Amino acid sequence: MRKRKKLLIILPVVVVVALVVIIVTLGGGGGSSSIKIIGSNTVTPLSSVWAEEFMGTNADVSIAVSGPGSGVGIAALINGTTDICQASRQIKQSEIDQAEANGVEPYEIQVATDALSVVVHPSNPVSELTILQLSAIYTGEITNWNEVGGNDIEIVAIARDTNSGTHVFFKEHVVQMQGLPAEDKSLEYGGNVLMLPSTEEGVNQVADNPNAVFYPGLGYVTEAVKSLAIKQTADSTGILPSLQTALDGTYPIARPLLFYTDGEPTGVIKDFVDYCLSPEGQDKVIEIGYVPLQ
Amino acid sequence: MLGRTSTVTTAEYGKTLRRRRRFGEKLIESWVFLAGILTIVVLLGIIALLLKEGLPAFLYTPPWEFLFGTEWYPVSDPPTFGISSFFVATLWVTLVATAISVPIGIACAAYLAEVASAKVRETVKPIIEILAGIPSVVMGFIGLMLLSPLVQSAFNLNTGLCGFTAGIMLSLMSLPIIISISEDALRAVPDDFREASYALGATKWETVRHVCIPGALSGITAAVMLGVGRAIGETMTVLMVAGGALAVPVSPADPMMPMTAAIASGIGNAVRGGLQYQALFAIGLILFILTLAVNLIADRVLERQRRKFAR
Repeated sequence: MRKRKKLLIILPVVVVVALVVIIVTLGGGGGSSSIKIIGSNTVTPLSSVWAEEFMGTNADVSIAVSGPGSGVGIAALINGTTDICQASRQIKQSEIDQAEANGVEPYEIQVATDALSVVVHPSNPVSELTILQLSAIYTGEITNWNEVGGNDIEIVAIARDTNSGTHVFFKEHVVQMQGLPAEDKSLEYGGNVLMLPSTEEGVNQVADNPNAVFYPGLGYVTEAVKSLAIKQTADSTGILPSLQTALDGTYPIARPLLFYTDGEPTGVIKDFVDYCLSPEGQDKVIEIGYVPLQ
Repeated sequence: MLGRTSTVTTAEYGKTLRRRRRFGEKLIESWVFLAGILTIVVLLGIIALLLKEGLPAFLYTPPWEFLFGTEWYPVSDPPTFGISSFFVATLWVTLVATAISVPIGIACAAYLAEVASAKVRETVKPIIEILAGIPSVVMGFIGLMLLSPLVQSAFNLNTGLCGFTAGIMLSLMSLPIIISISEDALRAVPDDFREASYALGATKWETVRHVCIPGALSGITAAVMLGVGRAIGETMTVLMVAGGALAVPVSPADPMMPMTAAIASGIGNAVRGGLQYQALFAIGLILFILTLAVNLIADRVLERQRRKFAR
């Protein structure tokens, strides 16, 4: 009897304490401001460093960065669940329409440039490819390295999954050869292409597998893989991806890295974007391995 | 005087207590009722959501084309949604997982239930149950780092990221379920059966093979079905190690993308209410029907087992 009575008193007390704890934890962030950045896996290393530096000088700001892919970031911007969307491809017209239907005005800011490296296993004798050959490899038309001057082994073409801006950028600019005479909008990734959920995983696969080829951003290339020189057409000279070749525009597969906000940024988001574009912020771009704006 | 006062207080105390208890009991009763009904509400909510978001996909792609189409280009213009390659991938991965986990699982259960001493059983069973608690992302990581290079060199494949690697990892995840439930089923077979078998001169092996396992067959079948259900629904591991190729896989050695991985790798990118979003929910709906069917069968079989030995 007594025990039960005690329980009846304890139960509400526990509930009240739990509620207070929950409210305090939820309300705890109220005093400082926070910025949420979601989007490209490629931009993540860069924006993480920017976020750390910015939080170091502005102790009351907290920035959360996550990089599931540009498509995810743009979807989050449209659904209003992020402050900044980081993207490695331009927003599509259909996405702008969807955003406007939701009352969101996508505002584009270029924060850096990236050269998309094409990497293979160091033991692979192939050292350069044309865009046309790359396209044929990724559509599944070329399946053996000996068709492009390599060993007689099968090609394992690795791509990012559809969440990724790199997936879409590479499809438009390499697979479909946008801007080249051979451009063909109907080309798609072949069925044999491996779609991996992260860029790091792709680089690790290439480092382990002599058959593999993959296209990470410049910032993800490690010593364990070999970058190929890319030729715009069969007659042009092969260009290796680097800071210089991306800056002077000779490297064929370069792309802007972008921030999207809902309307022109204001307040603490504007401060953060200004820092990213400042000379100190752009110095970080070189450190991470991407190409600064100037 | 003193005695009188105390009687009055006790009576009043008893009265309030009775009322308080009734109130408290009602409160707790309604709590328990809410907890009980909650799972049903959640389940119905999930079914309603899957139908609401998934069915419109069949307006854009007819169900026939959706199920049997081989092209999945959700971010192209116009998008194409055909999931037969995902469906076949799920079948391959589940088949490999089942082929590995069923013989090992039943053998292990038979050992634990019939052969092992009580001490061994008490030690081994909790350890097996710990295996069930390993997060699937850890399993994926192990598959990626450890198993896929092994599979690649052992079978001389172009890449170790394939249905076979995923199937092996999944078999490790459904093993604890199969062992645990089969062992319970075997132990539910009455000792009279074993004694009768020994009395007829059967050896231990003959008893296990011809008396215990057939006796527990419906329970073992249920265990297998639940293990299969686990393998079908697992996501993170297959996303990491199955390779994610879009072609219809002709053998488990091909890289492939099972249905769960297809949903996980596309959902972040899908705009709420868009075509891709609806198509992914439609895959979810099909997956739900598949696992529901497997679980229902398991439930039926398990119920039969229970009735068989109920005395």
